[in-house]
Amino acid sequence: MHPIRKQRLIFISVFMIAIGIACALALYALKQNINVFYTPSQLLQTKLSRQQTLRVGGLVQNASVKHNTSDNQVCFVITDDHHEVTVYYTGLLPDLFREGQGIVAEGKLRADGAFQASEVLAKHDENYLPPPVAAALATKSETMHA
Amino acid sequence: MSLWTLWYRLTSPKGFTYFATACIPWLALGCLLTLAYGLVAGLYVAPADYQQEDAFRIIYVHVPCAFVSLLIYSALTVAAITCLVWRVKLANTFVDAAAPVGAALTLLALVTGSLWGKPMWGTWWIWDARLTSELLLLFIYCGIMALKNAFPDKRQGSVFKNAFVVIGSVNLPIIHYSVAWWNTLHQGSTFTLLGPSKIAPVMSQPLTVMLVAFSLYAALMVLLNMRNAVLLECQRARWVSAWLAKRKR
Repeated sequence: MHPIRKQRLIFISVFMIAIGIACALALYALKQNINVFYTPSQLLQTKLSRQQTLRVGGLVQNASVKHNTSDNQVCFVITDDHHEVTVYYTGLLPDLFREGQGIVAEGKLRADGAFQASEVLAKHDENYLPPPVAAALATKSETMHA
Repeated sequence: MSLWTLWYRLTSPKGFTYFATACIPWLALGCLLTLAYGLVAGLYVAPADYQQEDAFRIIYVHVPCAFVSLLIYSALTVAAITCLVWRVKLANTFVDAAAPVGAALTLLALVTGSLWGKPMWGTWWIWDARLTSELLLLFIYCGIMALKNAFPDKRQGSVFKNAFVVIGSVNLPIIHYSVAWWNTLHQGSTFTLLGPSKIAPVMSQPLTVMLVAFSLYAALMVLLNMRNAVLLECQRARWVSAWLAKRKR
């Protein structure tokens, strides 16, 4: 290779590596800010003020959803398999909301450690299956657990 | 004929114009066939999803747009380095021709994602890592298009533009791994290089065909743009009038 071209190639490679390292360091330092929600475990580890608006995310625990039909209020527990947070919310829930579903709630922490949500979003997973296959898989995992 | 001679012929303005003209009808045909098959198979034949029902079908447009927006940027990076190191003029033409196509597909990926997000997640937009980094990709594409004309000297403009393409390529792994590195509302990757994919074969097959269709469409648009740029630049050359006369007949 011509020496000038070789020099340019080396310069560009060093340049790209330097930019890569700089971005990696910046993103690593900002890790907690880039996360769009706290898991219940992260919520316990981090000290947050009650004035702060934040998001918590996790799976809706089975048999934890309680509807209060008179004022549209709903209360449920979200979990990450290690810790749990109780969430209170008034309003319409997304169609995908159900027990076992991943959700993200935005709101504020309450004095009693529960979470008062102002918005609830559903997080769907990356699995796409026709309904009969999904049902067959569910019964299969149930028989395996039993 | 050695490989180098072939390379020099293909990257010469005349050789490229003839090569592109030969490729374009085949690309158009391939794109039409795969698009027709993929749309019918995805929108009618594939079963509804167990969770999202028919709403999941927007995946057949959203994922190809996002995939090709990243594919084009990868190609831009290779072309920009080729242009900076070896000063291959056609590589610079490629960067100019492909950037608007990439920008359009990025915008489509963002819009279709938003349309999918409202009924499923409950929101049009959230500042999570995947959505934000894809929006950044759109801004980078716009920056590339703006930079080439931002300098009075054309060559200087092209050097700055190609350097900017190289800097922007840092965003590619961030977009791809954003759903793995951070908590996001966007779901994780369905296709993984190693290990089984998380989509039923009857649903993934039309998606693969749509990925091919969108890639062919992008290649077609880029070749048309490049051929126009080459013809415009060489408009006074004798081979251009010969080429035009041959096409008029």
